[in-house]
Amino acid sequence: MKQILSPLPGTFYRKPAPDQPVYKSEGDSVAPGDVIGLVEVMKSFHEVKSETEGKVKAFLVENEGPVTAGQPLVDLED
Amino acid sequence: MGIRTLLIANRGEIAVRIIRAARELGIRTVQVHSDADTDSLAVHMADEAVNIGPAQAAKSYLNATAILEAAAKTGADAVHPGYGFFAENAAFADAVAKADLIFVGPDGDTIRLMGDKAAARAAAAAAGVPTVPGSDGRLDDLVAARRLVEEIGFPVMIKAAAGGGGRGIRVVADIAEFDRMAPQAQAEAKAAFGDGGIYIEKFVEKARHIEVQVLGDGKDVIHCYERECSLQRRRQKVWEEAPSATLPQNVREKLCAAAVKLASAVNYRGAGTIEFLYDDETGDFSFIEMNTRIQVEHPVTEMITGIDLVREMIRVAAGEPLRLSQDEVRLQGHAIEVRINAEDPSKDFMPFPGVVETLTVPGGPGVRFDSMLYSGYAIPPFYDSLLAKLIVHDETREAAIERLRRALMEFDVGDLKTTKPLFTALVRDENVRTGAFHTRWLEQWLDTNTSRLA
Repeated sequence: MKQILSPLPGTFYRKPAPDQPVYKSEGDSVAPGDVIGLVEVMKSFHEVKSETEGKVKAFLVENEGPVTAGQPLVDLED
Repeated sequence: MGIRTLLIANRGEIAVRIIRAARELGIRTVQVHSDADTDSLAVHMADEAVNIGPAQAAKSYLNATAILEAAAKTGADAVHPGYGFFAENAAFADAVAKADLIFVGPDGDTIRLMGDKAAARAAAAAAGVPTVPGSDGRLDDLVAARRLVEEIGFPVMIKAAAGGGGRGIRVVADIAEFDRMAPQAQAEAKAAFGDGGIYIEKFVEKARHIEVQVLGDGKDVIHCYERECSLQRRRQKVWEEAPSATLPQNVREKLCAAAVKLASAVNYRGAGTIEFLYDDETGDFSFIEMNTRIQVEHPVTEMITGIDLVREMIRVAAGEPLRLSQDEVRLQGHAIEVRINAEDPSKDFMPFPGVVETLTVPGGPGVRFDSMLYSGYAIPPFYDSLLAKLIVHDETREAAIERLRRALMEFDVGDLKTTKPLFTALVRDENVRTGAFHTRWLEQWLDTNTSRLA
């Protein structure tokens, strides 16, 4: 199964800002380069982009959950 | 000592610093920590440690209920907030007092007064301390804002009333630019902070950042001279020194007297810092803000005065009077602090959390290293990037820079990326050596010197 991994350790966010909608929901399709969330590392924010194409099957980390570098964030299906 | 057990509501190097001060005063220490800080140096050092929640600061270090529960459970009678987190949160100071505990800092009302930009400016003006020309309070009306900028002259800064930490600031050079940017600033402030209020302030182009350390016991206030923190990146200080690199003695006296006057006017209790902008072309200085807490860069003041500021703030919080009068505070030599951050300066200061594989700490005469590092420590990614502060002291500024160069050569953390290469380059720079800089100098220098930071 294809997955999207966190490039950095830190805190994972599914929205660009607390009062805005999530980047992607389950069932949404993603294309390479699509932003699926943010990782905050030491108070700086970095976009997490999908490298492949697919459909979001499940988010494996909740919004504002801690993540390690290389940890799977999203399961994708074709 | 009226305090027997002190709870430290912070983390990192400042928690270590507070534990050291408390121990020297015979006080037992309780370190609260998040899941991510279970293995921190402060937790290892403290007499007792209490887990107060998950890694995210909002659920641990900013969870007042959990902190107060930890205090009750461990029998703490005082809380030290450090800097950041709850250090300047009036509601937290109130909650600590309400729980019959001592807050190591001023009371909630003083924090509230100084935290409100308009009220702080008014307090400064009432104490006869010059303020930067600008709006006395928030502006919602652009017609009034336009009238004001014509009066104070360009360039001006437009700041979001609800912003902070350098966010939401625009500098405009003329009225045409003002007409274009002001509505934009208002709309953006509304979107980012839910509040469209703005402040207008005169922008001083080549200002130095100079701040005065004060200590008060609620009755008397003394100053411990000034620090200069003009070397900044994105409005974050990276190199601080005491005394200032260039301040003339007559201006130093005026600045320190103004700081004491302002702190006295609010019956200040604790350690505090009054920040000024200083224009060395005109000799003018003006009040920016007061920080009602211990600051990151406090060690340079400790080095030139011999006063342990953290111990003194604990003593006055416990109800003791100041032990020093103004004429007992003597300035000796020159001190410099540089901030060792977990950032890669060759990659636009990208954060670099990692594991400390090897560690060699600088030492020898006139060198102090305030740090949260130890060999084998995994740096958590959830908090700010400050790992350590390298502080040097010597007879003159020139000698202190040489001592810093030598100490940096000794400092080694293996493959971890830190800001060390930045300082190795800066100690050799002619402008740094002669003190010819202002608050925007470092960013301009970085534009052309990135290749030297690998």
